[in-house]
Amino acid sequence: MRRGASMRASSRRLPATGLALATVVALLLAVGFAAWSPEPSAEESTPRPVTIGSKKFTESVILGETLRLLALDAGHPARHRAELGGTRILWGALLSGEIDIYPEYSGTLAREILAGEDVSSPERLEAALAARGVRSSASLGFENTYAIAVPEALAEQLGLERISDLREHPDLRLGFSSEFLERADGWPGLQQRYRLPQTRVQGLDHDLVYRGIAAGHLDVTVIYTTDAEIARYGLRMLDDDLGYFEDYQAILLYRAELAEAAPDAVAAFRRLEGAIDAPAMAGMNGAVKLEGDSEQAVAARLLSEGLGLEVTVSGQGFWSQLGQRTLEHLGLVGVSLGAAILFAVPLGVLAAQQARLGHLILGITGMIQTIPSLALFVFLIPWLGIGWLPTVVALFLYSLLPIVRNTHAGLMDIPVPIRESADVLGLTRGARLLLIELPLAANTILAGIKTSAVLNVGTATVAALIGAGGYGQPILTGIRLDDTALIMQGAVPAALLALGLQGLFEFAERWVVPRGLRLKPTDGVRADADPDLERPRP
Amino acid sequence: MLRFEGIFKDYGGTPALVGVDLDVPEAQTTVLIGPSGCGKSTLLRLAAGLIRPDRGQVWFEGARLETASLRPARLRMGYMIQDGGLFPHLSVRDNVTLMARRLDWPRQRREQRLAELADLVQLPPAMLARYPIELSGGQRQRVALMRALMLDPDLLLLDEPLGALDPMIRFELQRELKGIFARLGKTVLMVTHDLAEAVFFGHRIVLLRAGHIVQQAEPRVLLDSPAEPFVAQFVAAQREPQRVLLGAGG
Repeated sequence: MRRGASMRASSRRLPATGLALATVVALLLAVGFAAWSPEPSAEESTPRPVTIGSKKFTESVILGETLRLLALDAGHPARHRAELGGTRILWGALLSGEIDIYPEYSGTLAREILAGEDVSSPERLEAALAARGVRSSASLGFENTYAIAVPEALAEQLGLERISDLREHPDLRLGFSSEFLERADGWPGLQQRYRLPQTRVQGLDHDLVYRGIAAGHLDVTVIYTTDAEIARYGLRMLDDDLGYFEDYQAILLYRAELAEAAPDAVAAFRRLEGAIDAPAMAGMNGAVKLEGDSEQAVAARLLSEGLGLEVTVSGQGFWSQLGQRTLEHLGLVGVSLGAAILFAVPLGVLAAQQARLGHLILGITGMIQTIPSLALFVFLIPWLGIGWLPTVVALFLYSLLPIVRNTHAGLMDIPVPIRESADVLGLTRGARLLLIELPLAANTILAGIKTSAVLNVGTATVAALIGAGGYGQPILTGIRLDDTALIMQGAVPAALLALGLQGLFEFAERWVVPRGLRLKPTDGVRADADPDLERPRP
Repeated sequence: MLRFEGIFKDYGGTPALVGVDLDVPEAQTTVLIGPSGCGKSTLLRLAAGLIRPDRGQVWFEGARLETASLRPARLRMGYMIQDGGLFPHLSVRDNVTLMARRLDWPRQRREQRLAELADLVQLPPAMLARYPIELSGGQRQRVALMRALMLDPDLLLLDEPLGALDPMIRFELQRELKGIFARLGKTVLMVTHDLAEAVFFGHRIVLLRAGHIVQQAEPRVLLDSPAEPFVAQFVAAQREPQRVLLGAGG
């Protein structure tokens, strides 16, 4: 049977290696493209679809979900691209038209997005936005800014109402998020403005601040005014009597073009102006973060209780959701990995053939690897937008190095006598590469592809931050809501997918790596000890 | 047949060949011998076109060996090195017939030639499906010789062909190889560091030292009338095994 297999192999060996690799690539690309279904393009007659964006924290997602329900209620197809990284990504997506509207804060707009421009008056702000084709709503009725908070009981006991009152109590223990402790407009400025005497100040993670207060390790901390935990931990917000904290009113930023194309949708959105006060927003945050309600349900409740709108809440089953995420993830991994194989193997060959060019190629692909994935995504957004395309491009770039490096190493490791034997035999350079060198390097190349595949599946989870979906979505939501089960819904399938891909390539190995290279060298040693050539071997 | 004319070659400042002229006569075995670094392998590699001379020319079958003429020339050469240089991913059959397949020989012709060669080097047919790693050192050299002979070349280039074998197998294979060369009447250019082997195979022995040819002559002449003291020294250093082999092999 052993001989039969190799006889068959002997007639088909030469094209088999390339053929097998090509099949794997084709399979990857096919799975990738099949999984990636472009959004249906809107017909002229149907209402304009509206795309809503939100940042990756709960309040933003709730507001985004509210906007989606409002758009649906106004008769527009609506899509919510939830949990897109941070301000940069959303603002970029708004300008490029990939999203039409997203919730923002006035302070962020003035100090971060339009930093360096004079937006001191509402007219100037409006003009600065108009120049970019963007409009802003009025405040939604609450602001989300820093506030100084103390436990209700302690406030009662010491008679604390305003931040100025803290001046009388130098022994209080202060604990702030590290960010607040360091920002010029954080603790240093606050201390100066109010001439606060406290010296027992420590920095810690924002989420730990509440635990510190609850455990009695801290007396005074900084919070966001709509944090759900305010009510839960019984905190009193002190009045900012000297007006230190900036104004961070919640607003909606939308494309001016949307107001013309879908005035009814914009009108619906603007019904939220002044409709939500800070306690209401904190309550909604709490419902999601502390009670486990879905953002959609909370948004629907807001609309029915606040605006008297009855909207239907639709859920998606666990399995259909998992299936959709799997398709999304496969779409990202399949296309990027397939393209990387097609591109990186020739690059590795080139690098092996021309030493100087090789240094350059390995240098550049290595450098790409050092760029943090989120930075690369953000870097690609101005050209490629958000979602599938920039993710695939980034994953493609990350997948290059292991394959290029291993192809190069595999070819360089071929002993010189073997290469020279091929030359003197009369093989052309191309034939030598195809028939001798690539098959000999196949094992190493495949190992590089395996490495890329596993890294690719892992990196693809980060892509949820720029709206590419996949297994990263539940991970992102799980982290936001501190929900381990939800994180597992993304992490476990991602791990299984990585294992599956690895298995696929190990299976491909039987087929790509020539049999002569898979044999154990012990066979040869035994043959050496057997000088009698005529004796038949078992 | 094969001629070297005024060859100079150095490797990064170290001279390997310094003005070598050599004619390799047809249908005879010419053996290049000399101490390590004398330039004998460089000469063989020049003939195979693996390196190019800094100065001087290599002529093969009436034409200068250069980039354009290299491939057709190589198809008329057989090349065999220490340890065989077999392709580990190809079976014995594929190693031997690789080039014939590239040249679109019909299957029947390939198989017929393969059988002839297996018979010639006494390789059992069962070995044809094996991979190099499953062969002994001696079997590998037999297969390498089959591969070198597949296209029925005019010239055989052998670089220490038996260098990696243990003495018993080497002894046996030497006798077989010599018989094969005699039967086929091929022109053979062989490199070895072993005088006994050179004397055993060579119609003509070319002794090199530091990039020069010191003496070229029939074995008997080389042994009996050394051209200079170095030749006598080189011979004396290897005299014992040479005498034994002369007595045994004729």
